[in-house]
Amino acid sequence: MASGNGHPLIQARNLVKRFDDFVAVDGIDFDLQRGEAFGFLGPNGAGKTSTMRMIGCVSPVTDGTLSVLGMDPARDGVKIRGRLGVVPQQDTLDMELTVRENVIIYGRYFGIPRKQLGARADELLEFVELTERANDKVEPLSGGMKRRLTIARSLVNEPEVMLLDEPTTGLDPQARHVVWDRLYRLKRQGVTLLLTTHYMDEAEQLCDRLVVMDRGKIVAEGSPRDLIERYSTREVVELRFDDGSRPDDLSHWTDGLVSRVESLPDRVLLYTDDGDAASHGIHERGLVPEAVLVRRSTLEDVFLHLTGRSLIE
Amino acid sequence: MSSLALALRPLEFFLTQYKRVWRGTAVTSVVTPVVYLLALGVGLGVFVDRSADLPNGISYLAFVAPGLMAATAMQMATFEASFPVLAAIKWDRQYHAMLATPLRVRDVMLGHQAFFAFRLVLTATVYFVVITAFGAVDSPLGVLAIPVTVLVGLSFSTAIAAWAAHTKTEVTFIAIFRFLILPMFLFSGTFFPISTLPTPLEVIAWFTPLWHGVTLCRDLTLGDVSPDDFLHLAYLVACVTVGLLAARMTYRKRLVV
Repeated sequence: MASGNGHPLIQARNLVKRFDDFVAVDGIDFDLQRGEAFGFLGPNGAGKTSTMRMIGCVSPVTDGTLSVLGMDPARDGVKIRGRLGVVPQQDTLDMELTVRENVIIYGRYFGIPRKQLGARADELLEFVELTERANDKVEPLSGGMKRRLTIARSLVNEPEVMLLDEPTTGLDPQARHVVWDRLYRLKRQGVTLLLTTHYMDEAEQLCDRLVVMDRGKIVAEGSPRDLIERYSTREVVELRFDDGSRPDDLSHWTDGLVSRVESLPDRVLLYTDDGDAASHGIHERGLVPEAVLVRRSTLEDVFLHLTGRSLIE
Repeated sequence: MSSLALALRPLEFFLTQYKRVWRGTAVTSVVTPVVYLLALGVGLGVFVDRSADLPNGISYLAFVAPGLMAATAMQMATFEASFPVLAAIKWDRQYHAMLATPLRVRDVMLGHQAFFAFRLVLTATVYFVVITAFGAVDSPLGVLAIPVTVLVGLSFSTAIAAWAAHTKTEVTFIAIFRFLILPMFLFSGTFFPISTLPTPLEVIAWFTPLWHGVTLCRDLTLGDVSPDDFLHLAYLVACVTVGLLAARMTYRKRLVV
């Protein structure tokens, strides 16, 4: 558990972002402590990116208060940004420059002397395993490599907080694991991580604490473990049926066996602390689905329970 | 003060990027004036000079060369500030990378303009050397045509960048090249005095920065300066100032959301 010594690193109170009539962030509160890995979990359009952009001092706060590193983004944007490391959702690498040049020129934006930047770039490229590609252009790199380069670049100013907006969206599973590994190491080195994601596995892997966002609001807050315990059961039984064989009323089959039933278009989810017992029970009562899967509860189930919708539509 | 210091950092990026392509542009900046001067100054000039009634009996080469210098700066600045600015916002997104760092919107805007100024200084200098070699410069004052040419370029690069930061798609650039830049190139006194235009067109020409630039460059290379030239200079400075203010406004509107 990350315990803050003194002020939180980032604090939001009733934070609002409006674009004309559209309310992207609708009065959220949160605190981020030093050394913590904190996540915003939610589907696309939940307001995660707008929140990140306000914290990154590139998007003005519409209403409420936000303090980042003890400063006001409206007044001290330059100072705050100098101490943040930003990994945006969309890469902003220069395709024509080499991998190494991208890190160096980014360091120059922070005013770091060129003399220091050569060694630092080499070190960072080593960290993200891009040393061999240092003198190649960025354009032909794979998506995973580009992401790693963006991470290396964002570390050039030795940031106190990293803002990662959907760090692994669009990457294949292998590339995602490499990115997670690097972020995990940074976390262990004491870098504070703030990330948004719509992947529950990413949130579970990386976050000490997270908030679940939906339609601009925070609907729950806690550690992944807490949230699952609070809003879901230990296990889930997933039932799939052949066309037409799905019973209209499931309560007859499930009453007394499970604590909650969630009916989705393609499957039925039974929430219970003992999945095997429940699947055995309904089988004994004579319900035979096409497929049965017993699994542990995830944040996806939390999200489903809280909002009635899936994370990835 | 600090504003200008921070603008040097984006400039460094654009210079790093330019290092990859400078050879090509260097060749272009020498070849372009040579080709234009051969075709117009020397080739067409032979015919023009035969029936010449250009003021003060100057050669057509000496008339057209400083005009071409200013007009080339206009074309280069327009092109450089159109697609590349929109690309840095929309396609390649380099501006967004800069804005995640201590740099502010005005640093990014000024840094890009500083890069255009750098390109314009190089191009204008090469152009001046070439027209001097062709014998088209009659006065040592002519060297001042270099900064004037840079000002002409900046009046366009600021205004076009302001537009590029406002427009959603690149199709408007084609219209600008075709319906603004090309007519200006042809009818702003580069190839013939605007006094030969019908009055309404002549009045329009007075308002183009290019005409003021062409006239000023010509007066300088011919060593024929008059108090009017200060008005031309003031007009160019005013254009650049208005362009910078407009760019600052549209950049902010586009990038701070």
